[in-house]
Amino acid sequence: MAAIHEHGTPGIELRVEALESLLIEKGLVNPTAVDAVIKYFERDVGPLNGATAVARSWLDSDYKARLCEDASSAFAELGITVRDNIIALENTTKEHNVVVCTLCSCYPWSVLGLPPTWYKAPAYRSRVVREPRKVLGEMGLKLPESVTIRVWDSSAEIRYMVVPQRPDGTGTMTEAELQALVTRDSMIGVAQATAPDAK
Amino acid sequence: MLDQDGPAAPPRTNGELVFESPWESRLFGLTMSLHEAGLFDWEEFRSLLIEAIGIWDAERHPEEDWSYYEHWAAAFEKLLAKKNFCASAELDGRVAAFSRRPHGHDH
Repeated sequence: MAAIHEHGTPGIELRVEALESLLIEKGLVNPTAVDAVIKYFERDVGPLNGATAVARSWLDSDYKARLCEDASSAFAELGITVRDNIIALENTTKEHNVVVCTLCSCYPWSVLGLPPTWYKAPAYRSRVVREPRKVLGEMGLKLPESVTIRVWDSSAEIRYMVVPQRPDGTGTMTEAELQALVTRDSMIGVAQATAPDAK
Repeated sequence: MLDQDGPAAPPRTNGELVFESPWESRLFGLTMSLHEAGLFDWEEFRSLLIEAIGIWDAERHPEEDWSYYEHWAAAFEKLLAKKNFCASAELDGRVAAFSRRPHGHDH
């Protein structure tokens, strides 16, 4: 038996291959276009877009306000085109935001890339709404009771992203150095941005 | 210029594979291509995806059996049949033909 756990029912690989061959024959898809889509999502979109906006908002509070008011326009200012309707949520010392899509996997692709496996899994989807403090604790983020946790359920209409708090000890850092501290997980809300001494 | 890798590098990727197997990426690519061609509304597909996931969730399978893209595949096939782009019987026929290919078939 293969040691590697294969995802999906046996034969799914063949089924997808058959699907692709039929759709090409029918002229519904063009294989080059399919390759381009895959490449775009594997290589070109990723959390760097989100990190760029977060780092800018740490340095410029007016920009942060614009980001939280109208994310699309704020991203456009940085040369980043946002295809979805995205709302940016600011974390503070009193309020911590975390994002989920309870029904499927809605996620701000344009600024974070495709979601991680755990985000789409049943455990996260169902539990983070019910017991967020516990789930975050299990994921390594312990928040005191004094911090209010808000869970935001994304949909096709609205994808949320979190603007994490700026870590201490980053006062002299350049924008590029700040960007490097902004992780994908901190923009979902299951982690804080990386502290400088942790690197 | 920004570092490409190392501790000072910005998070360019998620730090893990975007797709766990090639079939996932092909499936995703097919769906997005069809959508970008304007052949269906995202909400139509999403409703079917939610339905497939909902059924799985309700059946309380063990977590380790979860395969996200398996539900995506089921939803996509349903969508294709609904829109008369590709009937299930046709797909089953093609799957059967492919499975009759000799081993080592280069595709």
